[in-house]
Parts: sequence; structure tokens; C-alpha cells
Amino acid sequence: MYSYHRKSNVMEWKNQPAKYGVSGRERMHEYCSACHGAVVKVRTEKLHGIIPCEDCHGPAMNHPENPEKLTIDRSRELCLRCHTNLPYTTSERHRIPGINPKTHNTGAECVKCHNPHNPSLEGMK
Amino acid sequence: MERREFLQKCIMVVVGASVPVSALTFIDPKKVFAANPDIQWAFLVDTNKCVGCGFCVKACKTENDIPFEAHVSRTWVERYVYTKDDKRYVDSPQAALHGFIDSRIDLGRGEFKEIDPKNVGKAFFVPKLCNHCSSPACTQVCPVGATYKTDDGVVLVDRSWCIGCGYCIMACPYGARFFHPVKHVVDKCTFCYHRLSKGLDSACVNACPFKARRMGNIHDPNDPITQIIMNERVGVLKDEFGTKPQAFYIGLAQEVR
Ligand code: HEC
Ligand code: HEC
Ligand code: HEC
Ligand code: HEC
Repeated sequence: MYSYHRKSNVMEWKNQPAKYGVSGRERMHEYCSACHGAVVKVRTEKLHGIIPCEDCHGPAMNHPENPEKLTIDRSRELCLRCHTNLPYTTSERHRIPGINPKTHNTGAECVKCHNPHNPSLEGMK
Repeated sequence: MERREFLQKCIMVVVGASVPVSALTFIDPKKVFAANPDIQWAFLVDTNKCVGCGFCVKACKTENDIPFEAHVSRTWVERYVYTKDDKRYVDSPQAALHGFIDSRIDLGRGEFKEIDPKNVGKAFFVPKLCNHCSSPACTQVCPVGATYKTDDGVVLVDRSWCIGCGYCIMACPYGARFFHPVKHVVDKCTFCYHRLSKGLDSACVNACPFKARRMGNIHDPNDPITQIIMNERVGVLKDEFGTKPQAFYIGLAQEVR
């Protein structure tokens, strides 16, 4: 009884447009590298290679037609999502090196010193 | 205005607006699913893998047009911190839209609590969303048939039929439903139904760098997600409500509600 509904609504939901593009890291890297090969190449699977480009740059379904450019977020908050030091040993979080946002080079954008695509401390810019 | 008349007006508007899209753009996904009648979507959360970055919430809100500043969200991440002196703290500042960039617990009303790192015992993150239950309480209480379960297991809301009475919001044991601040009808997670039917992962699954969120077809015994659900120690939230939730959790502590 409670399942009666307007059948065409199912199609209405299905036909909503999608905003985020290709699924899967490999396919995304392949796709973005056609035009941004240098950035993609510098990424290492060990460090930031696991983070989808669209997490930091926003939805890219019809980029570069629309939007022509993706957003670039240089805020400290972007990086602090994962790098604020939280003493949680029982969570995967403890495997990510943490810093104290109130003492680690305050007032400067993280990307002034760290490369967001390859943050390896050895090859620091 | 009579309610019937009001409802009819709403339906007319939506049908009119949706025709150009549905008529031309995509192949009929119904035919795809007809060839595959036993798709039942299920969700798998691995709480061990979640780091609380909140990219899933950001992606969900962006993909589904839920305003960032509104204090409602289709999915959210909770932080659980247990102290060694037996206290429990749970927070989810702004649904974790911006992650957990503050080590202090958000107690609400502008109050924050710093916990001495030496006193932290168990601490972890739990992503939450609609459980797309097999016996959903929400669909049963809807007086106008505006919320229902699709053949492939997804609970949806018909925006043109919803009268905004809010019964379903009260009925959901998981707090997964809310009033959409712009559409002024009830809103909830759709498992990104529009993405699934185009062969894409849901926005939150797509966004997770750590594979803490995954989806699969629980009617396919060879689906890797089904195999995990069947063979490993997975749990569900609030089993005692009898709604048969279809979001499964790995690494769930007994205390998580
Ligand atoms: C067909 C080529 C093409 C593809 C594929 C492509 N882009 Fe772009 N992208 C462009 C062009 C062209 C611009 C504009 C460049 C400019 O104006 O400096 C741009 C701009 C950007 C910018 C802003 C750069 C700046 O300096 O402001 C970012 C970030 C970006 N793209 C990320 C991506 C990501 C992530 C992907 C994969 C999901 C992607 N792009 C795929 C062509 C492409
Ligand atoms: C952790 C967040 C993050 C991820 C993941 C990320 N980027 Fe970026 N990206 C940034 C930031 C921050 C900048 C600005 C860097 C600066 O100003 O020095 C940037 C700059 C860029 C630029 C323009 C400047 C340049 O260096 O050429 C492009 C193009 C770009 N990213 C593409 C990509 C692509 C493609 C991917 C996926 C393979 C990706 N990004 C993944 C954060 C990220
Ligand atoms: C989604 C989570 C996430 C975000 C957001 C993120 N990182 Fe990382 N970062 C990681 C992970 C995971 C590692 C690798 C940890 C490991 O396994 O060693 C890492 C490693 C690092 C390292 C250490 C590299 C080394 O050699 O030890 C630095 C520095 C760093 N990130 C800087 C940044 C900066 C700057 C930003 C913002 C542009 C940022 N991160 C955003 C997850 C993240
Ligand atoms: C003025 C340059 C500078 C700025 C700005 C900066 N860092 Fe660093 N960061 C460094 C240097 C140098 C190191 C390596 C030495 C150290 O540990 O202090 C480092 C180390 C790190 C590490 C590794 C810590 C570890 O224990 O392995 C992380 C993670 C990191 N930074 C993240 C960030 C984030 C996130 C931001 C922005 C909120 C940021 N950094 C801003 C210079 C900077």
C-alpha cells in the first residue's frame, strides 16, 4: 500500500545533470593529463596521489568548456582538513602527518612552501 | 486554494519543465535496468579508513545543490572521542563540510572543549547518510505517497507531491531527512540516483580519497561489496528499529548510534 507513487518521478531524478566528472583515480588522471600533464605527472601515489583532483579544484564535468577554469583554493583550511594534528591513534588519521595550525608557519599559505601535488618534504620548493 | 488544485498545479509545472531533458538527452535507463532486474543498491562505510576530511560532504552539497551555509546536509561525518576517564564526546561541526580543522570538540552554542591528548582513548570518524532501508519507516508515514522506494532499492522524495508535513522527518530513526531551504519540500540522500543511472559513482564515493565509502549491488553475489557484507564483520546502525538499513558499517563501535 505505502509504495504507491507517481512513477514518472523516478525518471525525473535519473535525468538530473551530474557535476562531478569521471569516476576512478586512474581514469581521472588520464583525463586531466591530456591538458595538465605536468601537474599530473608530478603526483605520487604514495602521498597526495590518492586525492581526486576535483576534491581540491571543484566539479569538472564539462571543463574546459564550462567551467573554462576550475577553482584554485590556496587557503590553509583546505590542507588542514587532513593535516590538523588530532591525537586519534585508533583512526586512519594518525597515519597522516599532522601540524598545529596555530604554530606551524602561521599567516602564510601552505602552498608557499609545499607543493600541493607532490608535498614530499625532500623536494620542497 | 484547494489542496487537490494546488497539487495539480505543482505537477503541471514539473512535468512541463522536465520534458526537454528526459525526451532527448539520455538513453532510457529503465531499459538498462530492465535487462538487470535484480539491482539492489547498498552502501558500505569503513570507519577505520575515514580521516574526517569532509570532502564527501562538500561534494554531496555541491552535486545536489544543498546550500553550503544551510545547517542541513544529505550526508555528514561525526567525530567520536572517548576519554580515558570514561567521557564521550560527539560533534559534527557544519556536518563536517570543512572537515575537522579544530582539535577542540564543538559543544554547540559557541562553546568548545579541548581534550588533553594524553586523556584521549578511542577516537574515530563515522560518515552518515540515509540508510535506504528495506522496510523504511519514512515511506509508510507519508500521507500523500510522495516518498517511496524504487525497484532498485533507493528511497526518493517526489518534490512535486511532497506537501512538507514533516511526518517522514520525525519517522526516520537516523535523522537523515530535512526541509530543503530553497525547494521548501523534504530532502534526503538519493544515493546520487542521477549519477548511478549514468554509470558514475555517487558524489561522496567519488570524492573519498581513502575508500571509506563504497557502493555495490547487494543482489550480485560476485560484487566485491556484497562479498564484504556477507563475509566480514559488518554492522548496521539501530538494528532494533527493524527498518533493515542498507548502509553497512565496518569497524563500528557498539556505542555509535
Ligand atoms: C581539454 C583540455 C583540458 C582538460 C581535459 C582539463 N583541463 Fe583544466 N584547463 C584547461 C584550460 C584550457 C584551462 C584554462 C587555462 C588558463 O586559462 O590558464 C584550464 C584550467 C584549469 C585550472 C585552473 C588553472 C589556473 O591557472 O587558473 C585547473 C585547476 C584545472 N584546469 C584543473 C583540471 C582538472 C582537475 C582536470 C581533470 C578533471 C582538467 N583540468 C582537465 C584545459 C583542460
Ligand atoms: C590537495 C589538493 C589538491 C589536489 C588533490 C590537486 N590540486 Fe591542483 N592545485 C592545488 C592548489 C592549492 C593549487 C595552487 C598551487 C599554487 O598556487 O602554488 C593547485 C594548482 C593547480 C593547477 C594550476 C597551477 C599549476 O600548478 O599548474 C592545475 C592545472 C592543477 N592544480 C591541476 C590539478 C590536477 C589535474 C589534479 C589531479 C591530478 C590536481 N590539481 C590535484 C591543490 C590540489
Ligand atoms: C584528503 C586529505 C589531505 C589533504 C586535503 C591534504 N593532504 Fe597532505 N597528505 C595527505 C596524505 C594521505 C599524506 C601522506 C601520508 C603518508 O602516508 O605519509 C600527505 C602528506 C603531506 C605532507 C608530508 C609529505 C612527506 O614527505 O612527509 C605534506 C607536507 C602535505 N601533505 C602537505 C599538504 C598541503 C600543503 C595540503 C594543501 C594543499 C595538503 N597536504 C592537503 C592527505 C592530505
Ligand atoms: C614558511 C614555509 C611553510 C609553510 C607556510 C607551511 N609549512 Fe609545512 N613545513 C615546512 C617545513 C620547512 C617543514 C619540514 C620541517 C618541519 O617539520 O617543520 C614542514 C613540514 C610539514 C609537514 C610534515 C610534518 C611532519 O611531522 O612530518 C606537514 C604535514 C606540513 N608541513 C603541512 C603544512 C600545512 C598543512 C601548512 C598550511 C596550514 C603548512 N605546512 C605551511 C614549511 C612550511
